[in-house]
Amino acid sequence: MAQVEAAEAELLDALRAGQESAFSALVQKYHTSILRVARLYVSSPATAEEVAQETWLAVLNGIDRFEGRSTLKTWIFRIVTNIARTRGQRDARSIPFSSLGEETTEPAVEPDRFAPAGRWAGHWKSYPERWDTLPEERLVGAETRARVQRVIDRLPLTQRQVITLRDVEGWEPEEVCSALEISETNQRVLLHRARSKVRQALEGYLES
Amino acid sequence: MLISEDLTCRELVELVTEYLEGTLPPSDRDRFEQHVILCDGCAFHLDQMRTAVAVTGSLSEESITPEAQETLLRVFRDWKSG
Repeated sequence: MAQVEAAEAELLDALRAGQESAFSALVQKYHTSILRVARLYVSSPATAEEVAQETWLAVLNGIDRFEGRSTLKTWIFRIVTNIARTRGQRDARSIPFSSLGEETTEPAVEPDRFAPAGRWAGHWKSYPERWDTLPEERLVGAETRARVQRVIDRLPLTQRQVITLRDVEGWEPEEVCSALEISETNQRVLLHRARSKVRQALEGYLES
Repeated sequence: MLISEDLTCRELVELVTEYLEGTLPPSDRDRFEQHVILCDGCAFHLDQMRTAVAVTGSLSEESITPEAQETLLRVFRDWKSG
């Protein structure tokens, strides 16, 4: 932790001194994440690019006033969410209605996978396949990742927001709740639905 | 085959995220773990969910495009000279 802080302090000093390499390092580290987070609030990739650019400018303009009460990362992402949220409200009308709604009940696994009645009611009719014996390349391959990305892109908005921040960006549950202004329970339910759909899609792909 | 009678597989799959998040009350967590020990189907399902989370996590390994990098360096130079 201390090492991270020391590295960050050094980076901050260099940035305040106007060193391009320091800015470049920061951009390498956070730009794709910033874009991804911006995309959770605004509907077009072009607008997300604008939000990201505005964010970097705000970071540069605010760097002298950054007091280190939070980490640099937390501070940067607070800027992104603020800018993106404002922009998102401005183009809220362009978000299709269907993606605002949430389905009511969505089982994690199709109900017909379980025995309906009898002694084994509610137990697997046949077991899910083992994935721990699949070749590693299959799981980490570009095609697998592209499919997962496509599933996430098609999720209802709040599910997409939660799974992106939690599982792609690795935010803590509390950080996600505060960025999206949702309760912890709500966050967990949305995460469960989103992860379940990713699992289902992987099942369809990996076992075909 | 021994499967815990009070928690079905169909119920268990809805508790996986709470289990992984560590938010199940201790008594429910015990029932969950007992079930998974005795039921291969649920053990495989749990592993599939963990795998799904790991694959999703790998989406962050994406790097910035050279064009975006260029644009931002221009932003920086303008800012510095501005």
